[in-house]
Amino acid sequence: MKEVKNIELLEEKKADFNKVRHDFPILSRQVNGKPLVYFDNGATTQKPQQVIDAIQHYYSYYNSNVHRGVHTLSQEATTAQEESREKVRKFINAKSVNEIIFTSGTTESINLVASSLSKFYFKPGDEIVISTMEHHSNIVPWQMACEQTGAKLKVIPINDAGEIIFDEFEKLLNEKTKLVAVVHVSNSLGTINPVKKIIEKAHTLNIPVLLDGAQAIQHMPVDVQQLDCDFYCFSGHKLYGPTGIGILYGKEKWLEQMPPYQGGGEMIKHVTFAKTTYNELPFKFEAGTPHIEGAIVLGTAIDYVNSIGINAIQKYEHELLNYATEQLSSVDKIRFIGTAKEKASVISFLIDKVHPYDVGVILDKLGIAVRTGHHCTEPLMDRFGIPGTVRASLVFYNTKDEIDVLVSGVKKAQQMLS
Amino acid sequence: MTISEKENNIIEQFSMYDDWMGKYEHLIELGKSLPLIDEKFKTEDYLVRGCQSQVWLNAELKDGKVIFKADSDAIITKGLVALLIGVLSNETPDAIIESKLDFIDTIGLKEHLSSTRSNGLVSMIKLMKTYALGFKVKEKKS
Repeated sequence: MKEVKNIELLEEKKADFNKVRHDFPILSRQVNGKPLVYFDNGATTQKPQQVIDAIQHYYSYYNSNVHRGVHTLSQEATTAQEESREKVRKFINAKSVNEIIFTSGTTESINLVASSLSKFYFKPGDEIVISTMEHHSNIVPWQMACEQTGAKLKVIPINDAGEIIFDEFEKLLNEKTKLVAVVHVSNSLGTINPVKKIIEKAHTLNIPVLLDGAQAIQHMPVDVQQLDCDFYCFSGHKLYGPTGIGILYGKEKWLEQMPPYQGGGEMIKHVTFAKTTYNELPFKFEAGTPHIEGAIVLGTAIDYVNSIGINAIQKYEHELLNYATEQLSSVDKIRFIGTAKEKASVISFLIDKVHPYDVGVILDKLGIAVRTGHHCTEPLMDRFGIPGTVRASLVFYNTKDEIDVLVSGVKKAQQMLS
Repeated sequence: MTISEKENNIIEQFSMYDDWMGKYEHLIELGKSLPLIDEKFKTEDYLVRGCQSQVWLNAELKDGKVIFKADSDAIITKGLVALLIGVLSNETPDAIIESKLDFIDTIGLKEHLSSTRSNGLVSMIKLMKTYALGFKVKEKKS
């Protein structure tokens, strides 16, 4: 415990959040003649210079295909990619690099599991449990799995604050339940789900749990062994890394059993026209030439996050969240959607009867980037009976001054629109 | 008034504003002041689904001219809908099919017709032209 405290103290000393902002060149640009205020971090985060440089360095110095050539460049690229895999392993504290699969992002990670489990695991009448607040990418792959296998989808209800109703979750579990797939942090509401409790409960019935970590990985420490989740999915581009790269973490016992998702090069050990034997983990799930630059630079992004410290980031973002919530509360007739006790730095709101699209258009004119709409969570919007929300998602490079600009922008939009 | 005369009128109206705020306030006023469609048409059958805002559109042919009525749940979209209806409604199918609608670009609101805006406007224009084409084919047959 004492050691943890020391680390936190050290991180606090290290992190100067006004300074780290200058690592992100895009943040100094103007939009519509105004300084950019970027609050659409839930959609994608901006990239620090270190990440941009690493991409350039890869293509200008050692670009080549991995795991193929005996030549120096190929070996350098292979080493860099595998070093990055180790960085990812360490970042989420997986037991082994065999459990770290490079994918194109959270969506592909979930699809990989859904498709693979459909081939050998789900049977007619089985049940897959998800929650009301899932992103479409943690709904549709399971609906497809249900269509293919005859399994059924069960949905955990939520309360008005946007929290999972745990009793209802418990009631949904039975001997037919084959998987629980829930979001760690809701992209629309910011709710941090009690995933540890969910996993413990599911495991008492030997039900595996997949976590969609797309909106969690950048905000808080994630330890897959401590959580004991069976699968964890996230995207590199929401963690200050490149787009098109993501991670599927899976417990080795599951990944070993699962048939490959796609066939091709890299994932094979030996091919004849009669029979092909598959490669070992993690390569069994990485058919074809991977997104090498993305995989390598995801490691650079993780180095960057570590240099600030995820605990310090979490603490500072919480401070920003509190400040933004407090300041936005001064807007007349504002209604927050998602008021869970445990929240990450995501604020969804509506102003009176004003359509979120209209607010988004006016804010854009003021140089403020927010997300408007249903945030790919249509069933969740239906639950609240709304067409969508205005969403400001904050990260550590945002400032209180920017929050002030947002608040006055929202007031301006309200004045123009109502 | 021809379509291009109507377009020129709008261009002139918008030229009075030299900043975005004036333009948008005008657009919002247009949106607010026009009850464009009867409530009975606000159903799935008339819905042009956008990712962000929705548009409802109805078209009828009267004396060889197409009468459009439309509405939107977002006020800025509704303002743009009002502009488009103002220009295209009460025109012949041929004139509608041939219209270029360049005025939206001229008045500086082209960004609302980009696909990323997903406000249903692009689909609405396509649907207006499809209706016009449909009426034209029908007229020829009869």
